[in-house]
Amino acid sequence: MGHYQWNWAIVFEQVAGTKEYYYQWLITGLGWTVATALCAWVLALVLGSLVGTLRTVPNKWLASLATCYVELFRNIPLIVQLFLWFYVLPEVLPKSAGFWMKQDMPMPEFITAAIGLGLFTSARVAEQVRTGIMALSSGQKNAGLALGFTLPQAYRYVILPMAFRIVIPPMTSEFMNVFKNSAVALAIGVTELTFQMRQITGEYAPGNPIEVMTIVSVIYLILAFSVNRLMALIERRTQVPGYISGGGK
Amino acid sequence: MRKILILSAALATAYMGSVQAEELTGTLQKVNESGIITIGHRESSIPFSYLDDKQKPVGYAMDLCNQVVAAVKKKLNKPSLVVKLVPVTSQTRTALMVNGTVDLECGSTTNSKERQKQVAFSDSYFVTSVRMLVRADSGIKSLDDLNGKPVVTTTGTTSDRYIKQNEQGHSIDVKNVYAKDHAESFLMVETGRAAAFVMDDVLLASLIANNKNPKDFAIVGPALSVEPYGIMMRKDDPQLKRLADETLSTLYKSGEVNKIYDKWFMKPIPPKNITINLPMSEKLKEAIKNPNDVGI
Repeated sequence: MGHYQWNWAIVFEQVAGTKEYYYQWLITGLGWTVATALCAWVLALVLGSLVGTLRTVPNKWLASLATCYVELFRNIPLIVQLFLWFYVLPEVLPKSAGFWMKQDMPMPEFITAAIGLGLFTSARVAEQVRTGIMALSSGQKNAGLALGFTLPQAYRYVILPMAFRIVIPPMTSEFMNVFKNSAVALAIGVTELTFQMRQITGEYAPGNPIEVMTIVSVIYLILAFSVNRLMALIERRTQVPGYISGGGK
Repeated sequence: MRKILILSAALATAYMGSVQAEELTGTLQKVNESGIITIGHRESSIPFSYLDDKQKPVGYAMDLCNQVVAAVKKKLNKPSLVVKLVPVTSQTRTALMVNGTVDLECGSTTNSKERQKQVAFSDSYFVTSVRMLVRADSGIKSLDDLNGKPVVTTTGTTSDRYIKQNEQGHSIDVKNVYAKDHAESFLMVETGRAAAFVMDDVLLASLIANNKNPKDFAIVGPALSVEPYGIMMRKDDPQLKRLADETLSTLYKSGEVNKIYDKWFMKPIPPKNITINLPMSEKLKEAIKNPNDVGI
């Protein structure tokens, strides 16, 4: 049986025919992964909080609109959503708009990926926010209203501050997921970390795929774990004494 | 004295072992003992190695490989040898070969010096040229016409490198964009996101053949790179390597290879009965006349 020729130094080797090194490709990839994930997360947090809150309001129309939003973005696979945004949308738009998307839009792959991943994640964030709100006893809202708050004020000063604290643990998972899901962006050509891995292990340095895949896995592990620790820190800092949400220790 | 006896007994055993090993070594020995030979195939490497409408791997490389398997059966005198088929991808093929999961890889693998550090290749059975696919009405004829335009490459391939290398020579500015597989790269050109798709000419030809408007596309420009394909096997396995090379040589000398080539490149092929229509290149004729396993 043959023996695999291990060569962990492969990432420090120069790319044949260029002045670049493989580790530089991985660093570039890491940069795009972080950029895509963070942009998507900001979008997901804003939209998700809004939609999640709307799902709990008394107005039936607003609530069902928010439900439609969640079901739409939650039930279509992420890779299909990115594909739709990137390949299908420009074809169904008016010709000039479609042409703009294909030819003149700045960084089309990155922007499409960040928005697509952000919308997908926002549906998941919305569900976490709704869960947090539903977990509060109705007495909290009623107490707010009895104190003379309007409904928006009750949400702003009573319900949401408590709800967000409750959902920090599942939100941590979503925040970690957004980094891992960003790998799907390679499907529309974002040159992120998994893309660079495929690029290197494809035709460029086909001799040592296992080393490159292992190194990339470890980078993802470190990324996700850093997010986990950051969220644990936030959870401790925002803890309200006497309430259940105080983990992360 | 007793020590010497034991030592000589051990040596004798080792010697007998090595005599037997000389008859069958490496993969052939393994196949002989297990009664199974495992072929690694691709799932969509048309027309080399892909799944037909019955999900059975077929293709030009599969036909050649089956001849090698027939030769193995004959050599081992095992007509009932079990042939196991395992799908591989461009990312997994090397690792699965080296760890012994597959014994022969029959796909569209370039025999490269880089790969030869891990695996070995049979004599070349195909030679591909890297060229560019453009829309026929784009007016693009040469690399210079790509200046300032987006050019798509499939992830994991080296075509973007060839453009870069030519960029230096031609001093043109190309925007590299990427798609995850060949079908999407083609879609990028079809929808006007990219001006050109740079890839092996045979893959470009089969993509065009499968489109509903083949006349809308053209393959243009010079060969940016010429790459030989070989059957991949494990390194330091001279018996199997010799058997594979002899099998190919026989097919080459008898002209049988031309029939197999025509079957996959000049006639309708499954699953859609489309003809790729790519006559045999001069480079391939040369490789058939003088079989060799020189990589790039």
